[in-house]
Amino acid sequence: MLYIKCPFCGYRSQKEFAYGGDGTIKRPELNQEISDEKWNEFVYLRKSPNGKHIELWHHVAGCRQWFKVQRDTVTHEIFQTTKMNEEIK
Amino acid sequence: MSQSYRINNEGLLNRNKEISFKFNGTKYTGYEGDTLASALLANGIHLVGRSFKYHRPRGFFGAGVEEPNAKLQILLNGHSEPNVNATEFELVEGIEATSQNCWPSVKFDLGAINNYLSKFFPAGFYYKTFKWPKSFWYKVYEPFIRKIAGFGIASLEKDKERYEHKYEYCDLLVTGSGPAGLSSAYAAAKNGAKVILVEDKPRFGGSLLTDDVTIDNLSGKAWTDKIITQLKEMPNVIVRNRSQVFGYYDHNMTVMIERTGDHLKDKPKYVPRQRLWYIRAKEVILSTGSIERPIVFGNNDTPGVFLSAAAKEYIKVYGVLVGKKPLIFTNNDSGYETALEFKKHGIDPIILDTREEHTSELIDSAKNQNIKIKFSYAVIAANGYKKVNSAQIGRLNKDKTSFVNSETIECDCICVSGFWTPTVHLASQSGNKLKFDDKIDAFVPDKSKQNETSIGASKGTFTLQDTLDEGFKKGFDLSKKITSNNNSISTPSSNEIKKSLHDKFWCSPLPKNKNFKRFVDFQNDVSVSDIEVALREGYRSIEHVKRYTTLGMATDQGRTSNLNGLQLVANVEKKIVPQVGHTTFRPPFTPITIGTIVGREVDMEYMPTRKTPMHSWHEKNNAVFVDAGAWKRPRYYKQGNENLFEASKREAKNVREHVGICDVTTLGKIDIKGPDAAEFLNRVYTNGWSKLSIGKARYGVMLREDGIVMDDGTTTRISENHYHMTTTTAQAANVLSHLEYYLQIVWPELKVNVLSTTEQWAGAALAGPKSRDLLAKLFPNLDVSNEALPFMGYTEGNLFGIKAKIFRISFSGELAYEINVESNYGLFMWEKIMEIGKEFNIQPYGTEALSFLRIEMGHVAGPELDGRTIPYDVSLEGLVSNKKDFVGKRSLQKEAFNKLDRQKLVGLVPTDKKTNIPEGSHLVMDKNAKLPNPKLGHVSSSCWSVENNNPFSLAIVKDGKNMIGKKLFAVSPLKDFAVEVEVISSHYVDQEGKRVRS
Repeated sequence: MLYIKCPFCGYRSQKEFAYGGDGTIKRPELNQEISDEKWNEFVYLRKSPNGKHIELWHHVAGCRQWFKVQRDTVTHEIFQTTKMNEEIK
Repeated sequence: MSQSYRINNEGLLNRNKEISFKFNGTKYTGYEGDTLASALLANGIHLVGRSFKYHRPRGFFGAGVEEPNAKLQILLNGHSEPNVNATEFELVEGIEATSQNCWPSVKFDLGAINNYLSKFFPAGFYYKTFKWPKSFWYKVYEPFIRKIAGFGIASLEKDKERYEHKYEYCDLLVTGSGPAGLSSAYAAAKNGAKVILVEDKPRFGGSLLTDDVTIDNLSGKAWTDKIITQLKEMPNVIVRNRSQVFGYYDHNMTVMIERTGDHLKDKPKYVPRQRLWYIRAKEVILSTGSIERPIVFGNNDTPGVFLSAAAKEYIKVYGVLVGKKPLIFTNNDSGYETALEFKKHGIDPIILDTREEHTSELIDSAKNQNIKIKFSYAVIAANGYKKVNSAQIGRLNKDKTSFVNSETIECDCICVSGFWTPTVHLASQSGNKLKFDDKIDAFVPDKSKQNETSIGASKGTFTLQDTLDEGFKKGFDLSKKITSNNNSISTPSSNEIKKSLHDKFWCSPLPKNKNFKRFVDFQNDVSVSDIEVALREGYRSIEHVKRYTTLGMATDQGRTSNLNGLQLVANVEKKIVPQVGHTTFRPPFTPITIGTIVGREVDMEYMPTRKTPMHSWHEKNNAVFVDAGAWKRPRYYKQGNENLFEASKREAKNVREHVGICDVTTLGKIDIKGPDAAEFLNRVYTNGWSKLSIGKARYGVMLREDGIVMDDGTTTRISENHYHMTTTTAQAANVLSHLEYYLQIVWPELKVNVLSTTEQWAGAALAGPKSRDLLAKLFPNLDVSNEALPFMGYTEGNLFGIKAKIFRISFSGELAYEINVESNYGLFMWEKIMEIGKEFNIQPYGTEALSFLRIEMGHVAGPELDGRTIPYDVSLEGLVSNKKDFVGKRSLQKEAFNKLDRQKLVGLVPTDKKTNIPEGSHLVMDKNAKLPNPKLGHVSSSCWSVENNNPFSLAIVKDGKNMIGKKLFAVSPLKDFAVEVEVISSHYVDQEGKRVRS
């Protein structure tokens, strides 16, 4: 079970969080023309990297904030967690 | 012959407390502090089970967790538990133990015929034999295999015991209380670290309890007691015995089982049987010690063959002799220690040492005591069927590949020592890649991947002083790293007899023309020849050999067989062990009861039960409840002998004719506040929200980005920047997360806050033509006329002193209102409504009647919004705005979503107007068509239309728009059911929607 540092609450057990998928996906702006390919890519296509991955987690049983986690998908090592408005270095 | 193998003045038992128990129906006695194994051995009982495959007689082999054979069925307080390790199970008054895997009895087992047919049971037997025909699998083979190759019998009774879970955090977790564990825990605790020290066995001390050593001039036991006493008094230390860390997971989380109640005869009521600990430690010290490995020889599974350290432990801890004519078979000095213990009690052992004659402190000591030693000797085979009665021994040739002579020697037990294997399971589980250490012929931990450190015997340090040095140093270093304190203590000095080098001899060769079975893995009956067969058949990877032969796959995880198996593969393959590699160590280290894993999450505690504030009223009024997520909702209120259908019809009819009241507290409620709230609603709902005025509600539909309907509900504008959103009961949590996602990640610039208020408000829906009259009586000072409070209107009122929110919304299609009050007043509100509603014939209605009402009105709900439908499919396309963008809008342009024959919501009535249409039925053109019969759609919701007095269903059908008026069949091939139905509009009642606006 992972031990995740919520940027707002500190270290908490994985049980308190929900996984939110790829954290690098940016939703296309509203009211913009967008091609089928691009939209399809946004809705469905996700990378499944072997190694470092920036992902979203949601502290559902805590402060209810979404935040970013940089994690190794193989070793589960967590390198960094940041608030949504901060960059993973 | 009561306890005739018990010796006086030895052991750590309470001799004042006799304990009686039964084994295979016969009554025996032991002492408090015995294990089931030591008590049976004290009574001279060796034969306790039959082997897995050949049903050979088996006895005790070890004295603890390493035991491969002695798995018994235990009956205690009416609770029957299979596969209990007799060497670990503490004796409790009144238990009944029975042997497993034998019929009719352990002494005479018909299955033993397998032993004589063993050449028909080679490695991979199951794979080779039970291949065909397929139908034989479940009729013949499986029942057969289950019968002969079983362990114990799982109880069919419900487990009434209590199990608990516990979370703990610490600086340093120390697993094992031998010299390494004690010293590191002590050093770390003295340096201010928060320490947890755990010991698997009931007694602390590990090897200090059995080895002839001194520390600080104290015996091993006395030093242990001193340290444990001190540790227990320190506030920063948790000390637990009967506790085993069995799993090492990510981010230094370990899982431990504490056996809190198994050893208690009269367990206090709230003491759990077992407790599962989740321990998150900054650092973990693995002081798990080592396990003696056997030397393989002929018939080495005969009862009476023991690990030599086990024999020593039975003497030193339990005061039990495993035999009175012991033969010690060793390749190292450890066997001598066992021999000396026997000698102390007047027993004359004979030592066979595979090494050439040499001297060491221990060998000299044995010689001085006139113990007979035969160097360069090995056991060829044990004689005796149900118990060792003699051994065939021989002198080894120079390169130890054959015997130069052979003789028979009388003995009643053989104590074997093939040197020591570090217990590296937890280190390996933590991700530590092991390395092979030539000096000890075993794998030891290498580089740590997590914050773990192996010390002492578990990393191959086999001398006491080195172990203590390591323990004190590591305990101090790790604690310093965490606490930054600098209080070190000096290592105490110790005394132990020096040992000479061990010999790599691990398996006795077979004499010519002899075909003794030589077992590598006792628990799974894997012999030398089985592994040879696997290799001959081309299995190379050790992981494949393991699975083909089942070597090391039993519940003992190959603790005594692993290295010998690897050695054998290496020999045959002409490799060395590190080239062969080792198989994966996986949790749990020992079998764990399912109850422990489940903990308190059983019955009502399986998940939280959510009850509305009106729950007690529902209970008093014969409500039959249904689960809606974690909520309990009244499904119907039973009157007399009514069944569900009758009651629901009555309740729904009463709504259509008079007025009904329904508990709608469970609906999800989300408070939305902020200057950008309207804009936010515009973006998450398909319809427009800019023009919703204060005091008005609007129905909204929410999509996922892929265009699928996620949820629906009404949202009301309470004030300028304050909205009250409702969601379906089921989706409440998901919708909140969804909104938070968009607010926090996608549009953080929006000034909006969302908060769940589901549990803050109790809700009651009043529905029916009389609902306004009732409302007027409830709020006499409020104008509730159609003009003042129109459909989709909102107002606030005073309900006998209580602040109430009144929404004119309707799910039933009738004139209806929803009243919300603060949760604490929910029951008060409900009772007031019931009291005043009496004159209007008010009746409560449950979820079933609620469904009847919404279905015949054509209102969609969960069964239609099933994660596969877009707005068009459920006839909500009118709510999709083309003036603005919103979540999921772009997906609606997808080609498949715009096909002309796209599926659509329709209504169905059976043509006979009688037969109920089961939900989930498939819709087909021709009920007799050849399979596969093309499916046109499915029935999503069914009800009894109280308005039209016949069955009615909602269905989602391909090209539904053009199907109206057609006749189809609703079929359930599984139930062999078919009914002809006519496709009609989904609005079966009040198509113009007059009633809600009346």
